[in-house]
Order: sequence, then C-alpha cells, then structure tokens
Amino acid sequence: MTGIASFYQRSIGKKVVMALTGAFLLFYVVVHMWGNFKIFLGQEQLDHYAEGLKTLGDPLFAEEQVLWLFRIALLAAFLLHIYTAMQLSHMASRGRPVAYKQRKDVQANFASRMMLLGGIAVLLFVIYHLMHFTIGVAHSDFVYGEVFNNVVRGFQEFMGIPAIIYIIAMIFLSMHIYHGAWSIFQTLGLNGPQYNGVLRGLATLIAVVVAIGNISIPLYALFALSPVEVTGWFQSIAGLFGF
Amino acid sequence: MSHDTMDLTLHVWRQKSSKDSGGFVTYVEEARGISEHMSFLEMLDVVNEKLIEKNEDPIAFDHDCREGICGMCGLMINGIAHGPDQTTTCQLHMRVFKEQGITDITIEPWRAKAFPVIKDLVVDRNAFEMIIQAGGYISVSTGSAPDANSLPIPKENADKAMDGASCIGCGACVAACPNASAMLFTSAKIGHLGLLPQGQVERDDRVLRMVNKMDEVGFGGCTNIGECSAVCPKEIGLEFIARMNRDLIRASLAKGDSKKP
Ligand code: HEM
Ligand code: FES
Repeated sequence: MTGIASFYQRSIGKKVVMALTGAFLLFYVVVHMWGNFKIFLGQEQLDHYAEGLKTLGDPLFAEEQVLWLFRIALLAAFLLHIYTAMQLSHMASRGRPVAYKQRKDVQANFASRMMLLGGIAVLLFVIYHLMHFTIGVAHSDFVYGEVFNNVVRGFQEFMGIPAIIYIIAMIFLSMHIYHGAWSIFQTLGLNGPQYNGVLRGLATLIAVVVAIGNISIPLYALFALSPVEVTGWFQSIAGLFGF
Repeated sequence: MSHDTMDLTLHVWRQKSSKDSGGFVTYVEEARGISEHMSFLEMLDVVNEKLIEKNEDPIAFDHDCREGICGMCGLMINGIAHGPDQTTTCQLHMRVFKEQGITDITIEPWRAKAFPVIKDLVVDRNAFEMIIQAGGYISVSTGSAPDANSLPIPKENADKAMDGASCIGCGACVAACPNASAMLFTSAKIGHLGLLPQGQVERDDRVLRMVNKMDEVGFGGCTNIGECSAVCPKEIGLEFIARMNRDLIRASLAKGDSKKP
C-alpha cells in the first residue's frame, strides 16, 4: 500500500490528520467568533454581515457557492477529526487491555486528559448550535435571516438556559483548544525546546480569547453587556484566584 | 522499632505465569522493620527471604545492574512508573516513602498489550527489541576506531544525541502513558542516530520502519500529554517525539511513502 493510505495507517499519520483538521477547525472558530462580534455593532451590522456571507467571492462565484464550499470543507474536517479521534482512542484502549489498579498523573493536566470527553461535549454542542441558530428547530421564535433577533431571543428564551449551555460549551471548547493548539506544533514537529514556552503561551492566549470572546455574546444578549464589561468581570474573577 | 525502620503494607500483583489470571496479595508480616536506607529492590529481597523461609514462592521481579543503567527493573509503584522519585526502581530508596509518610505500597507490573506479564512483576519487553531490529542501527562497517575529531559534529548535536542515547529501554514511558504508547522510546532511538552524520543514510527508512513496527506490535498513539517524559529516569524530553514526527512526515513525502520501505 502506498501514498496517503499507508501514511494514515500509522499512529503518527493519524495524529497528523488530527492536527491538520484541528488547525482548520481552530481557524474557523476564530474567524467565526470575529464575525459574530458584529453583534456589538448592532442589529443592522450583524444582519448585513450574515447576508454578506452569501455573496462571498462575488463576482467570481455565484451566490452561496463559496459559503457551501466552506461548509463542505468544514464538515469534512470535522468528521475526519472525529473519526480519527475514535481510531486513536481505540488503539489506545487496545494498547492496555489490563488496567492498573492504581495510576497517578504526574504531568498531565486536566485539559489534556479531557480531550476525548471534551471533544464529545463540543460535538453535542455543535449539533445543538446548528439546530438552534442555523436550522432553527431548537428555537422557539426563529425567523430566517433575522440573525440579530434570533440570537438575542435565542439566548433569552427558556429562562436563559440556552445561554448557560453555550457558556459551558465554550469552557469545554477552550480547554480542548488549550491542549490542542499546543499539540498542533508538537504533532507536526514544528517546535523545539527553545520555542515551547512561546507556543504554550500562544495556545493559552488563543484558548482564553476564544472563551472570553464567545462567552461575551450570550452575556451581551442576556444583560446587554459589552465585551469591555465582560473582560472586566473575568479580570476580577481571575483576581479572586490570585492571578 | 528503631527510628530508621518502617513497617509497610504491600499489595503485590502475583501471577504464576502468562496463562494465570493473577491477583493482588497483601503482605504485612513480611514487610515489617524495613530499613529506610534500603533500595526498593532490597526491600523486595527482604520480603522474598521471609517468603522463602515460610516455604512460599518469592515475588518474581526483574533486575540486573541495580545501578540505574540496564533498565531491567521497572515497576509500577503506587500508580507511578518507578515510584515517587524520577529514577529507576533500583535507585529508589525507602527513605522517600518515609519522608512522604507512605506505608501502603501497591506494586504492579508494567501494563501494556505489547508487554505481556511473564510472572508476577516480570514483563516481556521484547517488543522494544523488535522496534530496534526494525531500524535502530547503522549499516556501515566501522573498521578500526577512527581518529578523534576526524568527523566533526556540532557540540549541540552531540549533546542532544547523547540525551537520546541515554535511554535504557526500561519501558516506564509505555507504562506511564495513558495510551500505552512507545513514542518516547522509539523517538529517543531514532533521534540519537538521526542527529549524527553516520545516521543520515538510513534516516528516512529508519523512521518509517521503526514507526511501522511500533504500531504493529500493539502500542498506542501519542496524545502529547507528557507523562512519559515525567517518569523517564533519564529525563528524555518530548522534543524527541516532535523530531520523530517531523522525520516521519519528511520521510513520507520523500519516499512517496510505501508501507514497506
Ligand atoms: C470546533 C471544534 C474542534 C476544534 C477546534 C478542535 C481542535 C483540535 C486540535 C487543534 C487538536 C490537536 C491535534 C493534535 O493532536 O495535534 C485536537 C485534538 C483532538 N480532538 Fe479536537 N477539535 C474540535 C472538535 C473535536 C470533537 C468534536 C472531538 C470529538 C470526538 C474531538 C476530539 C479530539 C481528540 C480526541 C483529540 C486528540 C487529543 C490528543 O491528542 O490529546 N475534537 N482537536
Ligand atoms: S536494575 Fe538495572 S536499571 Fe535498575
């Protein structure tokens, strides 16, 4: 067997696929968040942005072509990421058929041990998120195209429970990114002892920005808080823990 | 009880053979009055003498040099490979337990599909041998010893190669890894050869072959958690794994990647 297939057969080949698909998903997460920040500029701006996504690539591409190409690539990356995660975790459990009676972590952090469970939490969230804001079936009052109203009402309905689900999901996503973003460099071998401090810092920064940035949106919808206020909150919470 | 002895409770994995299902046996009587100056293996020797006196089967455990260089002596001690000190089991001393107030000690063999238990705490690490056989060598005739410095090697590379070469193949990395992965071992072997000029000719084939073998014998993949490096008695770093990943990607691109290189 030659080429891609045999590359993928190897444990490291699978890891490289995890890293590349993960990097693409991470890129999407950041761009998606940036786009959604338009909510702070008001209804008109957000709805205009959402409408504008349909004509991305105009005039080279017809309406919604680029949008659908991107969606297909995203779905493919997501499915490949999940499928590979399942294969790797199968390899791992096959690798140790008899468990230890006692096993202590010496080095691993919570985020790194939560990759699979946290990933599954993110998967469930993505399904809910699509049903909520894209298709609208998990939304009590969904109007196609009225993005701003859909978002604000969607967070406020059911006593704000959707907002709480989003906030919890973003904590899971952020943890996944904390270990994942650093892992990309380790898996692809794009690091070295002299850069590891910087790369760790970068991964932490991305994870924190994704958490605060995304969480600020449901908080804004619930309490009409601006991101500046939300950042202030996080700072005082961090202060409580002595950071 | 004099102040430098300790009374222990040991929970030891006993398994008559690879076919036996095995189980834990607790020893209290036999583990009384252990000197804190003993090494962990000497402690087990004392327990074994008492077992032999009682006409019982002594606990089988692996060891050879007892000075931290052969890599035979790996045990899972209270859930940590080689126990609470980052060293080999033979270099672990009972005073560490005394200082930490630990009297209850659970001893298990390395657990991995590729490391089947032979008896009690002894496992078969032949899988490591097979990884080495797959490519952990250099096929050049060396002739007689060359003149010093006839082949200049940057100091930094020489140091790194030595770091990789310090791997004693004890298997603690596999034992500690949540995925039973052998990436740290394999990467240390690939790394120390790949960092030196003599290792360049076979560099691409080596990484492909050794990684294939590593997967084939049943080790898991890496999740970049770092448990391996944290228990490695030679403190081999994760940068060797990153290097191996890089080598594998490069070799795959260069070779068009056939499964049998
Ligand atoms: C927006 C969604 C997601 C993003 C941005 C993301 C990102 C990443 C990144 C960057 C990595 C590191 C790749 C590497 O090991 O080098 C990773 C690893 C991983 N992801 Fe995801 N991921 C997402 C969703 C998921 C989902 C839905 C699952 C569900 C099963 C999942 C499971 C995993 C697992 C098991 C790993 C390997 C963990 C490890 O090597 O320690 N991820 N992810
Ligand atoms: S017995 Fe040789 S390293 Fe421990």
